[in-house]
Amino acid sequence: MSGFDVQRVREDFPILRQEVRGRPLVYLDSAATSQKPQAVIDAIVRFYQHDNANVHRGVHVLSERSTEAYEGARETVRRFINARDAKEIIFVRGTTEAINLVAQTYGRKHLGPGDEVLITHIEHHANIVPWRMLCEQTGAVLKVIPVDERGELKLDEADAMMTERTRILAVSHVSNALGTVTPVKELTRRAHAKGIPVLVDGAQAVTHFPVDVQDIGCDFYAFSGHKMFGPTGIGVLYGRMERLEPLPPYQGGGDMILSVTMEKVTYNRVPHRFEAGTPDLAGAVGLAAAIRYLESLGMANVAAHDQELLAYATQALESVPGLRIVGQAREKSAVLSFLLEDIHPHDVGTILDREGICIRTGHHCAQPVMQFFKVPATSRASLALYNTREDVDALVRGLHKVLEVFK
Amino acid sequence: MSSDLSDLYQEVVLEHSKRPRNYRVVEGHSHEAAGHNPLCGDQLSVTMKVEGDVIRDIGFQGQGCAISKASASLMTGAVKDKTRAEAEALFERVHKLVTEGPEGVDVDALGKLAVLSGVSEFPARVKCASLAWHTLRAALEGRGEAVSTE
Repeated sequence: MSGFDVQRVREDFPILRQEVRGRPLVYLDSAATSQKPQAVIDAIVRFYQHDNANVHRGVHVLSERSTEAYEGARETVRRFINARDAKEIIFVRGTTEAINLVAQTYGRKHLGPGDEVLITHIEHHANIVPWRMLCEQTGAVLKVIPVDERGELKLDEADAMMTERTRILAVSHVSNALGTVTPVKELTRRAHAKGIPVLVDGAQAVTHFPVDVQDIGCDFYAFSGHKMFGPTGIGVLYGRMERLEPLPPYQGGGDMILSVTMEKVTYNRVPHRFEAGTPDLAGAVGLAAAIRYLESLGMANVAAHDQELLAYATQALESVPGLRIVGQAREKSAVLSFLLEDIHPHDVGTILDREGICIRTGHHCAQPVMQFFKVPATSRASLALYNTREDVDALVRGLHKVLEVFK
Repeated sequence: MSSDLSDLYQEVVLEHSKRPRNYRVVEGHSHEAAGHNPLCGDQLSVTMKVEGDVIRDIGFQGQGCAISKASASLMTGAVKDKTRAEAEALFERVHKLVTEGPEGVDVDALGKLAVLSGVSEFPARVKCASLAWHTLRAALEGRGEAVSTE
């Protein structure tokens, strides 16, 4: 593949250069959290060693530098997802906080008894629970677009579920448990035709393929730094300016105000209105470094690598006797949920761990997905830009070992 | 297989996980409780017939990994016809065994339960092994609500 050499990419990730339990580490859990390239680690260290000070306050040189770094990171994020304006980028702790922010500002403002929130059956708990809570607070009703046996959304049923009471559609771009890529652009088009705003949970998407929020047309787009090779504790809520502008603040505190007296508070403009308190400055700097790293590789190249490896891994896993892949959407990201005979995923995970192979086992914070497929849990191998065919081969060998233990 | 793996998945453990004993609801049970491990979704219910101070019959049902099923199956065999105090003492020994390992535990007094000794090498799996026992204790104490390992 031109411009993408996975062996060179691996050298950028110091954590991968280790043995665990006497074997080379095979990390197949990037959908839970990704590893960090040296460029991100260095950027964070450099920030603390040279530039650290609080932002938007001081007149001194360090505050100027840190403000520049922080606001520069905002511009870097804007470029990465092709937002129109850097002011449409709000820094939050992660996808979870981004969705809670929309639920508690947009949702509290616009929803009342009998109104509807529309989500889908493949959502992560982060895109279920904040809406559930909002429904309890407002008397609104949660509606769920169903999923089929392949793990795809039943789009023909989605239209009928978009009613005159629907106040927001919240949908994952990529399912963390199944890998399904959803047609967010088409869903947004249909929702907008009925005047329904759309929030997209992009936590599992931005790491695998190019995302253009203007092309999708959605009103809100949420993602986390740590899943895209950046640090934990930082994430992004993108919101179209005309949606953000009328919203009340989320949390109160410093930096989100223009003036405060004991009688009256005037709130700051977007995006600062939504960023109360000292933000995760080093996190934003690290996230910007992760984005520059991805841009240097080229997201199109990353996407091609992930798809090629997904195809290889799908075939390799299907060769394991008694293995069933859960989630066979036609458009899929590099996530493989599977069951091996009737062996519990926890046992699979423990045995693989002894081979130096890290996978995730359990319900993947997507219990409704598990309920739909009538399984308590699955094993999940998730692939990223630093994974190789050798990693997949090691997984297959490990699964044969599991079968041996349970034969 | 590495030795700690074969310690964990001993023959007896695998056998009990595949063919769990007393996998049923005890008819006319006097005590019951449900247990749940929210981290992995394991769920288990224990039903018992207690006469006076003695557990006359015990059964369990549920879904979980090999370790949790085997531990539950072995437990039902071990506490049948035991007094509450004896069952409680076994709980303490098993708990020490799966968290700290066989040293300092009277392994002979554990009988078949000694096969759970391998669990101590796998901290992430201690809750799997102890779920059934926490549920047993809740049932004996007559606590109606579901117990959780968290």
